[in-house]
Amino acid sequence: MDCPIPISEYEHILLAHGGGGRLTDQLIRRLFYAGLSNELLESGHDGAVLPPLSGKVAMTTDSFVVDPIFFPGGDIGHLAVNGTVNDLVCCGAVPRYLSLAFILEEGLPMEELWRVVRSVGETAERVGVKVVTGDTKVVEKGKGDRIFINTTGIGEVLPGIEIAPARCREGDVVLINGSVGDHGIAIMNARKQVLFDTGVKSDTCSLWGMMSRVLEEVPGIHVLRDPTRGGLASALNEIASASGTGITLYEKEIPVSQGVRGASEVLGLDPLYIANEGKILVILPAEEAERALSVMQSFPEGKESRIIGRVTSENRGLVQLETVIGTSRIVKMITGEQLPRIC
Amino acid sequence: MKHIDEYRDRELVLKLSERIAREISRSWNIMEICGGQTHTLMKYSLQQLLPQQINLIHGPGCPVCVTPVEMIDRAIELAMNPGVILASFGDMMRVPGSHTDLLEAKAKGADVRMVYAPLDALQQAMDHPDREVVFFAVGFETTAPAVAMTVREARRRQVPNFSVLVSHVRVPPAMEALLGSELNRIDGFLAAGHVCTVMGEAEYRPIAERYGVPIVITGFEPVDILLGLHTLIGMLEGGRNEVENAYTRSVRPEGNLQAKAIMGEVFDLTDRNWRGIGTIPSSGLRLSQDYEDFDALRRFSLKETQQAEPGVCMAGEILTGRKRPPQCSAFGSACTPEHPKGAPMVSSEGACAAYYAYGSAGEDPRPQESSINEH
Repeated sequence: MDCPIPISEYEHILLAHGGGGRLTDQLIRRLFYAGLSNELLESGHDGAVLPPLSGKVAMTTDSFVVDPIFFPGGDIGHLAVNGTVNDLVCCGAVPRYLSLAFILEEGLPMEELWRVVRSVGETAERVGVKVVTGDTKVVEKGKGDRIFINTTGIGEVLPGIEIAPARCREGDVVLINGSVGDHGIAIMNARKQVLFDTGVKSDTCSLWGMMSRVLEEVPGIHVLRDPTRGGLASALNEIASASGTGITLYEKEIPVSQGVRGASEVLGLDPLYIANEGKILVILPAEEAERALSVMQSFPEGKESRIIGRVTSENRGLVQLETVIGTSRIVKMITGEQLPRIC
Repeated sequence: MKHIDEYRDRELVLKLSERIAREISRSWNIMEICGGQTHTLMKYSLQQLLPQQINLIHGPGCPVCVTPVEMIDRAIELAMNPGVILASFGDMMRVPGSHTDLLEAKAKGADVRMVYAPLDALQQAMDHPDREVVFFAVGFETTAPAVAMTVREARRRQVPNFSVLVSHVRVPPAMEALLGSELNRIDGFLAAGHVCTVMGEAEYRPIAERYGVPIVITGFEPVDILLGLHTLIGMLEGGRNEVENAYTRSVRPEGNLQAKAIMGEVFDLTDRNWRGIGTIPSSGLRLSQDYEDFDALRRFSLKETQQAEPGVCMAGEILTGRKRPPQCSAFGSACTPEHPKGAPMVSSEGACAAYYAYGSAGEDPRPQESSINEH
């Protein structure tokens, strides 16, 4: 579909597009409604009035400032939907509604905004989540960087599901649905920070499809966590610390693609700390692992699912790695910022 | 991954560590020169596989760590100049100067840009002809050739707004300074494979001979390091004070002749202050007369002063192997990668950073009474 605000009218975003007047209205009606149509959004209210939800409600919010906004495997629109949806999934909730707030930089090509709005719309539709309210602000050129997005998500926690980092128990095992580090390296590649083309694409995807089936089959899951910024190592450290358990990882079992490994070697990065956008850590009793794995492996985003570690009573609050050469060491939380503006 | 996995092979690692254990008869103090090797030792917990008699001492081979305070101060002074873009490797950003670091200067408005290669800095100069671009050139003989090439390229392309703040250092004079010290207890060295890839073996022979220490040129993967140690233990036990190459897949005896030639053309030797260690004769590089127009010190008339190490950091004792990071009272408490008190906690090659990242904080993975064995 072509951009509904054709180039002949407004080729670029103007300050007036955030001014609340005629141009804002035109942007909302012609661009956002066209890309995101649903009855709740189009009600024209100041906010969305939602039908009652059953059970516990999960809510999460996330801002997206990724640079560049288009990258191999996705764009900022995909991230804005998938990132928030995946946080709801990690609460054991069915993603229902999203808010969508844009901060746009004056001069942004209208065509680029349209591409992003469309990818938000398409991604939301695939997941089955509705964008029900939104906001647009425009800042002067140089005061922002093209597009920043905030999304807030509301989900309905599945009955009988109780997922929390503190529920991690000795005797649990740790599963992951595929290779780590792809998103971070794809972004570095897009920024030309890797001197060769690694061919790595971002793994950005919604985890709801796969996880809805897993939660149905294995309701006794203890912890779900998407290892985004800070990577696998930081996510597991948070869980170990919240639950007071020790987590042991098997280095040789952790899937890392050739492209990510190559780039990491050259740049001196550790894939355990590189961001993911379509990965999930599933922590559950060992005897339920096979059942969860077989469901996960039947989805394209879970094809490479496997057990990468176990929960122990040793080294409480810490993550330990059994290295490829058979020694062991502690894996810390990430320090500082490995890579700014990754999502 | 080819050319990597072979050198992290569990069977090979075990075989080598068993041989080392079998052949060692007494305790030896062994210094690995390069911070990259320290990093591998910690990342793979290689000490778990080595006999207690091997006492590894972490050497000064971390270019970021040994860059003196006054150089950081100069870089910050340049960066705060509104007409200047300061281009630097990312590692330098958090290294404390006397008052602040480059990251803070950046937050205050200085134009500091991280680059991965010196040529990227030259490109910045060509992209911004209205600004002065200064590259903060830090590193051992490994990075010096790329900087030399960049300076030569800047002259060839007549880029008038490019200059270099040169803080390059050389390994052999530092080894001599360590060996010449009264406190020296080093029995043998694992020399830095990447430095030798550029420079070759020749510089190390007179050191082995003069000070009576064996030196083994060693790589950076677990198998490389164990191979280096195995070779060195054999030489120590047999009393052979020579230079051997255990990193032949990268190091040729003569080194990289092209790289050495361009370094010789662009740089001269100079005395250089090492952070926490002091001035070591002929241990630094500076631009030669032919290229002095590209020297940022000259272009911006910067003062050549010396500054003392601020605060509690005992970088000198760490960098000369007299103390291990956990023996510092600030390690893991007042001094962390987020709030470093000194350079060895900042750099990825710094011993403190390696201990912090891979050991549990505040705890020596291999507890010892003192750092160095007295024979």
